[in-house]
Amino acid sequence: MPSAVPLSWYLILSAILFCLGIAGFIFRRNIITVFMSIELMLNAVNLSFIAFSYQLRQVDGHIFSFFVMVVAAAEAAVGLAIILTVFKNRATLAIDDVSSMNN
Amino acid sequence: MTLLNLVLFLPLIGFLVVLLLPKNNPGLIKMVTLIAAIGIFVLSLGLTQPVFNPEVAGSAGKGVWFITDVPWIQSPEIRYHVGLDGLSVWLVLLSTLLTPISVLISWNYISNRQKEFYAFLLLLEFGLIGVFVALDLFLFYVFWEVCLVPMYFLIGVWGHERRIYAAVKFFLYTMAGSVLMLAAIIYLYNKGGTFDYVNLLDMMQRGRLTLSPTEQNWLFLAFFLAFAIKVPLFPLHTWLPDAHVEAPTAGSVMLAAVMLKMGTYGIVRFCLPMFPQAARENAWWIVILAIIGIIYGALVALVQPNMKKLVAYSSVSHLGFVILGIFSFNQPGLDGAVYQMLNHGISTGALFMLVGYLYERTHTLEIKDYGGVSTVAPWLATTFLITTLASIGLPTLNNFIGEFLVLQGSAYVNIWWTVFAATGVILSAGYMLWMYQRTFMGETNAHLHGHMHDMNGREAVAFLPLLVLMVWMGTYTQTFLPTITAANTRILEQSKSGVEFRVNAQQGGIPAAAKEMGNAR
Amino acid sequence: MQHLWLIPLFPFLGFLINGLFGRKWPNSLVGAVAVGSVVASFAWVVKVLLGVGELEHAYVERYFTWIQSGGVNIGVDLAVDRLTAVMLLVVTGIGSLIHIYATGYMSHEGGFYRFFSYLNLFMFFMLTLVLGANYLLLFVGWEGVGLCSYLLIGFYTLKKSAGDAAKKAFIVNRIGDFGFSLAMFLIMVNFGSLDFGTVMAKVAPLPVEQTMGILTIIALLLFVGATGKSAQVPLYVWLPDAMEGPTPVSALIHAATMVTAGVYMTARSATIFTHAPMAMEVVAVVGVITAVMAATIGMTQFDLKKVFAYSTVSQLGYMFIACGVGAFSAGIYHVVTHAFFKALLFLGAGSVIHALEGEQDMRHMGGLRKKIPITFAVLCCAWVAIAGIPGTSGYFSKDAILLAAHHHHPWMYWVGVITAGMTAFYVSRSMFMTFWGEYRGHHHPHESPAIMWVPLAILAALSLAGGKLFDVPHYLEPLFPMAHEEHDMTLVAIASSAGFIGIGLAYFMYVLSPGIPKSIAATLGPIYKLVYNKYFVDEVYDATVVSPMVAGSRSVLWRVVDAGVIDGIVNGTGTVARGIGSVLRTLQSGQIRSYAAWVTAGSVIVLVALSFLAGGAQ
Repeated sequence: MPSAVPLSWYLILSAILFCLGIAGFIFRRNIITVFMSIELMLNAVNLSFIAFSYQLRQVDGHIFSFFVMVVAAAEAAVGLAIILTVFKNRATLAIDDVSSMNN
Repeated sequence: MTLLNLVLFLPLIGFLVVLLLPKNNPGLIKMVTLIAAIGIFVLSLGLTQPVFNPEVAGSAGKGVWFITDVPWIQSPEIRYHVGLDGLSVWLVLLSTLLTPISVLISWNYISNRQKEFYAFLLLLEFGLIGVFVALDLFLFYVFWEVCLVPMYFLIGVWGHERRIYAAVKFFLYTMAGSVLMLAAIIYLYNKGGTFDYVNLLDMMQRGRLTLSPTEQNWLFLAFFLAFAIKVPLFPLHTWLPDAHVEAPTAGSVMLAAVMLKMGTYGIVRFCLPMFPQAARENAWWIVILAIIGIIYGALVALVQPNMKKLVAYSSVSHLGFVILGIFSFNQPGLDGAVYQMLNHGISTGALFMLVGYLYERTHTLEIKDYGGVSTVAPWLATTFLITTLASIGLPTLNNFIGEFLVLQGSAYVNIWWTVFAATGVILSAGYMLWMYQRTFMGETNAHLHGHMHDMNGREAVAFLPLLVLMVWMGTYTQTFLPTITAANTRILEQSKSGVEFRVNAQQGGIPAAAKEMGNAR
Repeated sequence: MQHLWLIPLFPFLGFLINGLFGRKWPNSLVGAVAVGSVVASFAWVVKVLLGVGELEHAYVERYFTWIQSGGVNIGVDLAVDRLTAVMLLVVTGIGSLIHIYATGYMSHEGGFYRFFSYLNLFMFFMLTLVLGANYLLLFVGWEGVGLCSYLLIGFYTLKKSAGDAAKKAFIVNRIGDFGFSLAMFLIMVNFGSLDFGTVMAKVAPLPVEQTMGILTIIALLLFVGATGKSAQVPLYVWLPDAMEGPTPVSALIHAATMVTAGVYMTARSATIFTHAPMAMEVVAVVGVITAVMAATIGMTQFDLKKVFAYSTVSQLGYMFIACGVGAFSAGIYHVVTHAFFKALLFLGAGSVIHALEGEQDMRHMGGLRKKIPITFAVLCCAWVAIAGIPGTSGYFSKDAILLAAHHHHPWMYWVGVITAGMTAFYVSRSMFMTFWGEYRGHHHPHESPAIMWVPLAILAALSLAGGKLFDVPHYLEPLFPMAHEEHDMTLVAIASSAGFIGIGLAYFMYVLSPGIPKSIAATLGPIYKLVYNKYFVDEVYDATVVSPMVAGSRSVLWRVVDAGVIDGIVNGTGTVARGIGSVLRTLQSGQIRSYAAWVTAGSVIVLVALSFLAGGAQ
């Protein structure tokens, strides 16, 4: 079934998902949404990894995507914890309001 | 496990132990640090064993003792390669001697954050010993930077009013130079495939690694700049007065006595043997800067109202002699330079110590706030006078030997260098005696009464070793000089350009001739 | 082995013992240690000299290597030859007498132990100076005696003038030492050794230099050292100020021994000097200038010790005339006799000052003849000796010098004779002002104790008979062969009569008609003022060297070059870096979304650029 769906379709899907992720990251103000956008971008990249891996008959891409998933899971755990703490302290999740590096 | 490794790593272990001690028991912290420092010093005395018994150490004819050479990092290949020779052995001893002394003189002086202070002193000792024994360029660089950190904090945390400015200035100056040195080290690695100093040198002398004159020149300059800042060579010296004035006494002592020697040691150890042609080609302007530094440092010292600044500028002047001696490229000059490194460590260290004693009593460094101290504190005045005299190069005290050899060495090359450099000797008498007169002679300044008391036992014990060394090194040089001469003869051979070196090696010429000449009085 | 090292060791032990423990000891014990050590050293000198025989050649003892590096090899070696023997006897002999005297003189002063430990240290260095068998060891003693001179001039630490004088002495000496050390470096470079024997053996076969050669340069540099230590023009300025020290110090260091070290060193280097006639000429001329200049100043001073100080400078000038005209043995002869009578003059002056409880101004003295008769009697012996009255010690040595000068250049002889007249005049002047007439002060003069006048009496005997007793030139003949020229009695008579004229003139001016000096001073006006103010040499040095150097260092080097230019560049680098940073920091807004936008924009640019590049490559 290799020729059923061309590689480019996967890549286009991946690119669309990635751009959606970027757009979400830049334009949304809620931290949780921003966080989900990041996950979306990661998964977009995973998709292209897998697609290439399948196309080139090599296992490297799979390994990479597993790595990304593991890291993303860890990151989600830490990130969500941070978000919870932020919400407890600031009572808001608007990303521009919690910036403290800006003097 | 050689003795050298023990001496090198004990300070690090001491550092960790002190960090683990309870913070609220300063007596224990001081005691542990002192015992550790003295113990390390006693052990380090064992390092002189090969100096007096060359056969025992199994030096294998190379003149390097206590070698340890094991891999540290696999890729890129960085080795833990340390060893001791006639050049470094005395500098290591200087470091291990001055650390317990620094602990003693800080005993009552440091009252806040004592744990960190004493820990940093031990860390500094670790770094200093490491610098003097490292035979791998990368390892050398690591130790070089290790020294920087504790000194930065010693100045920045326990210093006087403008300590932050001084600490940052010190740090930035030194970093600016050492980054260039790192670049040069990496370039050498790319070219020669190893960080190992001994290997690199060997390859250069066998002609397996050749550097074009331009390459040599740039590498030399990169190394030299890093060292020259540390020395400090005029006009890179302005960090020194600030650092000294702001540093606590122990910081000043370690800085003046040992840290400045890192620069001159580096020049002798690395610049001369690795880049002989470049060193010779650049010698003319370096010598001019050194001579300017001698005279300039002395003149500026003459008008300083602050004791520590005065001594700091006098260091600029004294270290000018060291540079002059090194770049004379002959045996007396180089021997004198190395001897002068030790002398300066002892006499200027002692001066900073005594100035620190005065400061502890009156909390001022301005000369005009003193006067007539000799009446109320005669022993302090006597010791200060002896140190002053050592510093201005009175025969029978240590500095004279170094200055004599340096000037004699420069006279072999160009008598005019000697003429100008020797004026520094006149001026040194001027500024030091003037300071002594204004501080210790005359009527006792009214507000000194009640604050000024004579040296106590602890202070005297801290000073005594330096006094003994001043006299010993001034009257019986045979304890120290032959080892230094042997090491320097090798360095001089290596610093001849490649072709010449091979010719000499075949004939075995130069050292034998030097010996013959030497025996004729 | 004669164990020469014991000679300097005794005083050194005295120094250590008194320096470490003397503070708590009674004065008598401190004095006993100090005097004992010097007397022991004197005894050992005598024993050694009896043991080494005729000393036709130098007797050398080598102990251990001091400095060895490459071709530089310097040993701690001591040597005795006839020149050293003479100096040793003078130093330890006169030194013992002055030590004994000082135990009496200093008995009421604070810091008794300090004084004697310094004095013993001085003896140690002075003996090292004369015993050293190479230039560097001589230099050790040379610097060491300078140090002790510094310590002893500044002995009264509470007086600022004492501290200033001490510092001045040390620094001016350092300028001389600068020349000396350069000479050493050149000797080392050219002859490969600093050992007297080796160097002289290498110099001797060389041709005499008619032009400015290396030997001339070395000789001149050595002489620069000598001008510093022996207070010659232009570096004599420290010696008059050095009178701030206690009087025994003036006698021992600044009259009898240390200041003659320059003469000793010149005589020691005689081989070098005789190969450099130009340098010799310079030595002689400087000696003449110094002798005349100091004598004129001496005639106008009112401070008793200052008069004798200028007299010392002037007499040292004589010794250098001797060296400059090649009569080294005459120079050393004068060193010896001068040590007798000048030490006596100073100690006598000290006795006067002691009697008057510290008064030094001759205008507040007078009529002391009957009040302190013993002091007066011994000072008279010194007086006739320095005036060169026939038969006294000064007569012999001065004649030896003047005859040699005449042989060399007759004008030097005539200048020397005039100076001799002036010398007789100013010493007589001070004697008349002190001992004749009416007492003008307000103290109660009392005679000094026996411990002070017994050494004076011995010195008085030596001043009178020492010249005949010790025929130094004859003894030194193996070292400095004398040119056996005609002993012209007319020249001798002229020189002696100059002495009588000087005394007579002083008697006329200060005893018979005491108004004359004032009217002369008034008539000469500016010239008198010039001489009275010592030719304003100190002021000139201060205005041309010291002040510009200090001011230049402070306002140019330190404040402008160091703080302004160098630190300015450093801090300027910092400012520039900070300026760049402050522009770039606006990018770091702290807003995550703007960072993200930047990252995206950057990635897009990179991608576009890459695709263009890839497109271009195809």
